Amino acid sequence: MLSQIRPALVMMTVMLLLTGVAYPLGVTALAQLVFPDQAHGSLVERDGRVIGSRLVGQPFAGAGYFHPRPSAAGAGYDAAASGGSNLGPTSSALLARVNAAAGRLSDEAGGLPVPVDLVTTSGSGLDPDISPAAAQFQAPRVAGARGLTLLQVRRLVRAQTAGRTFGLFGEPRVNVLQLNLALDALTATGEPPPTD
Amino acid sequence: MASDILQFLLYGALLTLLAWPLGLYMARLFSGERVLLTPLLAPAERALYRACGVAADGPGQHWTRYARSVLAFNLAGWLILYAILRLQHLLPWNPQGLPPMSPDLAFNTAVSFVTNTNWQAYGGETTLSYFSQMVGLTVQNFLSAGTGIAVGAAVIRGFFARESRGLGNFWVDLTRSVLYLLLPLSIVGALLLVWQGVPQNLLHYVEATTLEGGNQLIAQGPAASQIAIKQLGTNGGGFFNANSAVPYENPTPLSNLLEMLAILLIPAAFCFMFGRMVKDMRQGVAIFAAMAILFVAALALTYGAELQGNALFAHLPIDQAAGNLEGKEVRFGVGNSALWATATTAASNGSVNAMHDSFTPLGMLAPLLLIQTGEVVFGGVGSGFYGMLAFVLLAVFLAGLMVGRTPEYLGKKIEAREVTLAILAFLVMPLGVLVFGALAAVLPAGAGSILNHGPHGLSEILYAYSSATGNNGSAFAGFNANVPFHNVLQGIAMLLGRYGFIVPMLAVAGSLAGKKTVPASAGTFPTHGPLFVGLLVATILILGGLTFFPALALGPVAEQAALLAGQTF
Repeated sequence: MLSQIRPALVMMTVMLLLTGVAYPLGVTALAQLVFPDQAHGSLVERDGRVIGSRLVGQPFAGAGYFHPRPSAAGAGYDAAASGGSNLGPTSSALLARVNAAAGRLSDEAGGLPVPVDLVTTSGSGLDPDISPAAAQFQAPRVAGARGLTLLQVRRLVRAQTAGRTFGLFGEPRVNVLQLNLALDALTATGEPPPTD
Repeated sequence: MASDILQFLLYGALLTLLAWPLGLYMARLFSGERVLLTPLLAPAERALYRACGVAADGPGQHWTRYARSVLAFNLAGWLILYAILRLQHLLPWNPQGLPPMSPDLAFNTAVSFVTNTNWQAYGGETTLSYFSQMVGLTVQNFLSAGTGIAVGAAVIRGFFARESRGLGNFWVDLTRSVLYLLLPLSIVGALLLVWQGVPQNLLHYVEATTLEGGNQLIAQGPAASQIAIKQLGTNGGGFFNANSAVPYENPTPLSNLLEMLAILLIPAAFCFMFGRMVKDMRQGVAIFAAMAILFVAALALTYGAELQGNALFAHLPIDQAAGNLEGKEVRFGVGNSALWATATTAASNGSVNAMHDSFTPLGMLAPLLLIQTGEVVFGGVGSGFYGMLAFVLLAVFLAGLMVGRTPEYLGKKIEAREVTLAILAFLVMPLGVLVFGALAAVLPAGAGSILNHGPHGLSEILYAYSSATGNNGSAFAGFNANVPFHNVLQGIAMLLGRYGFIVPMLAVAGSLAGKKTVPASAGTFPTHGPLFVGLLVATILILGGLTFFPALALGPVAEQAALLAGQTF
């Protein structure tokens, strides 16, 4: 065993410097150079203030905004304590929570069935997206609260809907923060903002 | 559903297309031949061997010496990581001023990362400084993967060496796997992830004022560099608490695809590396085929169950067309969550993009079983393949029993010593899962960690001890693992699962290396055809499945019955 001490210590020291210091710092430098926006967390600013990240969900409660999914991260959308509910499928706590949320949302929408993503918490608790169906489900409420026509709001949702990547990968979805920013712009100008 | 199946097929095709050339590259690398990066890296490599006092050329180490090198190196890694975790408040790069880890949690975490388990009894963004993440965890992400790959290469050498005592040199294998394989792939992978939106900085957490005027503190950090190696090295420990479900770890469908490919890339390449090294590619393809069959079966079960949604919601005003979305992200849906869950438990990766604790009972059955059969369906880097070779030995042994001949594999006679050692390695899983799991279930100090009651609670314990012993690292995250009882017992399970497998398999390789190769005769059972593939699949299902079926019947199977009866807990 003694003969193994020298290679173990030398190897460990070299590898620690290589993979623990040079590698992450090198990647950090490269990333800052090539993709500075993403490397800093894809932050969104409005009027010079950071209002969030387009990748990280944030809470919305007002009737005039589209709402994200329920969140189990901290007290809800705590972006420094990600996590899911971890409730199992036969959990009575899960059933009670879903039952209450589905009843409330369905009543608000005149008895329509609620898209399942609106009554379930995501894995991270920071899901930035909702399904297109969940956005359209909320369109009448948002249009009413904002004094916009339903058609205007539905068009906005369609314009903000991201399809599958390359038409193949992932699921169609709507980024709630970006949708609500576009909604604010639409309300302010009467014109939908240019989409990228 | 059609789009999900198309994505599964594309994933399988891409994985095979990438793993084949990588396997050939690895075969050259671990045979000491020149590869693309040799001119660039060879001088540094030679200097490192000189500094270590290691002879790079020569007959290689006897298996006992190889094993001692593995243990010495891993012990050194454990000591350093433990020290870093205990002292992080005194070390740099701690902008959030996080305190040191408790001794039992630091023990558990250090064992977890050195054994390639990467079980997280802690939440990354609330517990670890950037120094601990980089110099502590990222380092072990590389080195535990490098250890697995090295042992995998050494075991393979035992199968084709002719009357030799040497299995190669651990220090050389480790260096080559890090310098020529893991590091280049990680640099490319990390940059691709940053492109997709994974942060890479050393800044304070960002304070945002949300659109409705609330405050949101957004965790940051050098995430991309760690996530790239956590997937490539089948490590799986997340930078953030909710792992690859967190948008900052896995922001887009494209990052999801890249990470899923990275999870199985090197494990799948091992099949083709093996085929090339034993100079009969059909042998590697046969093992690949057996793995692929089990993978598809597991995926079908998980996907089918998750797509059904939760039967208890059937009477509520809910449109469940999207399936069971509790614990899943909208951008991945049921399809990509089921595919990831299958890949991460087939490999010993253990990262998650959806919360397994909230899967339907049948949806969690396949991932649990994949871990319990020892993660031999592609499996961990290196460890999956030497685990599979243990099953191969048992399969040819069973075939030999049936026809009454001494079994052979690749021209080597498989005798009592090899079969005994393979069984010894096999018994590690039942010991860790059933014995340790039973202790955790009956002792109040253990059972108090359960979140969900009823059969699901037993599943939580089963999953935790399967994950630890199998060095997987994924969790039913509702289970509160961060208590001294589990930190210590699971630490022991992880050590057992890692070294209780490595040492016997190195012994098998050492024993085989010393044997003559006998030419194939008319009575030799061919190990490259469909018959052998079927036999291998059956061996895994019968040995693995029967061992754990009684426990599974009380967990997921009982919960499925409860679900159908409309019972909640």
